[in-house]
Amino acid sequence: MTSLPIYATTGQKIWHYTFRVIVGLILFFLIAPIIIIIPLSFNAESFFTFTPEMLALDPAGYSLRHYRDFFTNPDWIRPLQNSLIIAPFATVLSVSLGTLAAIGLSQSHVPYRRAIMAILISPMIVPLIISATGMFFFYSQMGLWMENTLGFSRSFTGYVKVILAHAALGIPFVIITVTATLVGFDHSLTRAAANMGATPTQTFFKVQMPLILPGVVSGGLFAFITSFDEVVVVLFVGAAAQKTLPWQMFTGLREQISPTILAAATVLVAISIVLLATVEMLRRRSERLRGLSPN
Amino acid sequence: MQQVKNDEAFVAFERVQKSYDGETLVVKDLNLAIPKGEFLTLLGPSGSGKTTCLMMLAGFETATHGDIRLDGVSVNNIPPHKRGIGMVFQNYALFPHMTVGENLSFPLEVRKMGKSEREAKVKRALDMVQMGDFAARRPAQMSGGQQQRVALARALVFEPELVLMDEPLGALDKQLRETLQFEITNLAHQLGITVVYVTHDQTEALTMSDRVAVFNDGRIQQLATPDDLYERPQNSFVAQFIGENNTLTGVVQDISDKSCTVRLDSGDVIDAMPVNVGAVGDRTKVSIRPERVEIDKTRLQPGAHTLKAEVLEFIYMGDIFRTRLRVAGMDDFVIKTRNAPDQVRLTPGTKIDIGWLAQDCRALDA
Repeated sequence: MTSLPIYATTGQKIWHYTFRVIVGLILFFLIAPIIIIIPLSFNAESFFTFTPEMLALDPAGYSLRHYRDFFTNPDWIRPLQNSLIIAPFATVLSVSLGTLAAIGLSQSHVPYRRAIMAILISPMIVPLIISATGMFFFYSQMGLWMENTLGFSRSFTGYVKVILAHAALGIPFVIITVTATLVGFDHSLTRAAANMGATPTQTFFKVQMPLILPGVVSGGLFAFITSFDEVVVVLFVGAAAQKTLPWQMFTGLREQISPTILAAATVLVAISIVLLATVEMLRRRSERLRGLSPN
Repeated sequence: MQQVKNDEAFVAFERVQKSYDGETLVVKDLNLAIPKGEFLTLLGPSGSGKTTCLMMLAGFETATHGDIRLDGVSVNNIPPHKRGIGMVFQNYALFPHMTVGENLSFPLEVRKMGKSEREAKVKRALDMVQMGDFAARRPAQMSGGQQQRVALARALVFEPELVLMDEPLGALDKQLRETLQFEITNLAHQLGITVVYVTHDQTEALTMSDRVAVFNDGRIQQLATPDDLYERPQNSFVAQFIGENNTLTGVVQDISDKSCTVRLDSGDVIDAMPVNVGAVGDRTKVSIRPERVEIDKTRLQPGAHTLKAEVLEFIYMGDIFRTRLRVAGMDDFVIKTRNAPDQVRLTPGTKIDIGWLAQDCRALDA
């Protein structure tokens, strides 16, 4: 924290402290809605409000019953399982396709690079409800074809549809983060590797991949969170069998206002914090590697 | 060194052309034969095509036309990773995520060499460049000179017969550059490898190479040993590019086999040696090195032509004196004299006569 220089005028002093108050207010504005659900989720009663016992910090006012409900009630377990099936597959797809696209689009000889990049990133810019509507028509046709022509079961087809749709939403994040890492990538390294006898595949996995890994991983985390938190597209594309956690929370909010939703939300927030902390650690690591590299 | 025939050369460029855009040729009709074990430098200003030639040899660029042969085999259709050529890059290109040891081990690993053999070779290569204690370091933890030594070791560790170097010392300070120049030439000769070295630094080219190919405008202007290049430039580009040089322009007045006289634009007549001038009446640029100009008339051949000169500036440079003269109407005629006890120090304003031996003054293309 910087202290005021002794020559600061009264006006500067007033601004110095006003500035801190403003910053504090912005932080509060951003975080309060998220923070407030955490104590509420430990409510001993089935209410969405702070009980007098909670406000008095009486231990009897708090309990883990909503967490117990979240982890035992089939209404919640099934969506949790669905989310844990769909998100990893969608992430793997997003990461593989997004990384390849970013590498391809970073080569100067590729024609119409900007146009292709814009198309690939569009799911991030187009309003979600519009993407979802488009995906509904596209994937319902594809689903019918998979069921009727290829003979896959309805449930399998449903998962494939949601996974593909979520992968499309995650790809832009991967492309953006990987492209950003590739900007600092020294292409003479791949030349050096080829020169020493490494095949293009060896060069990719042993030289290029380790160096762009931070970008790949953070893109992957964003893709994972996107799929894990997504409710609009899955409502359009999925069937009841593919009900995910956000979907269950969404319907739960309308049908039964149970604090279990708050427990679920807290779990999601915790997962997001862990994932974002990982991203930050990776970013620091890559900066260390890159900051000290010869360029 | 003898001129080598293309079919017995280790590396051969035959009628090679390169164009990036399909219109302008960056390399125009390159013919070059490099015998085994030679240290050849491609020297030229930036944009002269020297780096493009190196990249074509390494396989990172393809020749638009012509044939490049390595040990008698055309490499046009061989990808870079199958050519087995070592290379040192200008920016070192060490893998930042690997230690020095892992960097050196990389070319051996992709060749599926056993662990113990790999370790022995890595150690030997690092010892060769006096970096034996640095195997566990990462590139980022080393100075530029140390990184360049490691890059050199990495290019040599898999024992290639041909090593390419792309301005490897460009980013280093003068002292380190001189030490490494010496070490690189020594290593190359010890190991008997063929080296193709690219630089724009003429001192580097002259001190390190067996032969130097001077590039300009996509063509080799002259391919010769360092002393030939300096003392017997074949055209005015080479004379200008290599070392310091005084140029006078005029018309050939009289020509015989070994000598000619040139009437300068100022009207003065001088003696010169015809190198690539045609007949009487052709325009020519004569080139004379600053250290070959004689200010002591008694040391000239009897009957030799002299020019009147006026001293404009005298610069004391320690080992030599650099004196700027006005000669034949030009203000930038420079002579260099050795700092010896009996050497006269010319003061500005002095009028003197200068001359030279006809063989030191070369009449070149205009």
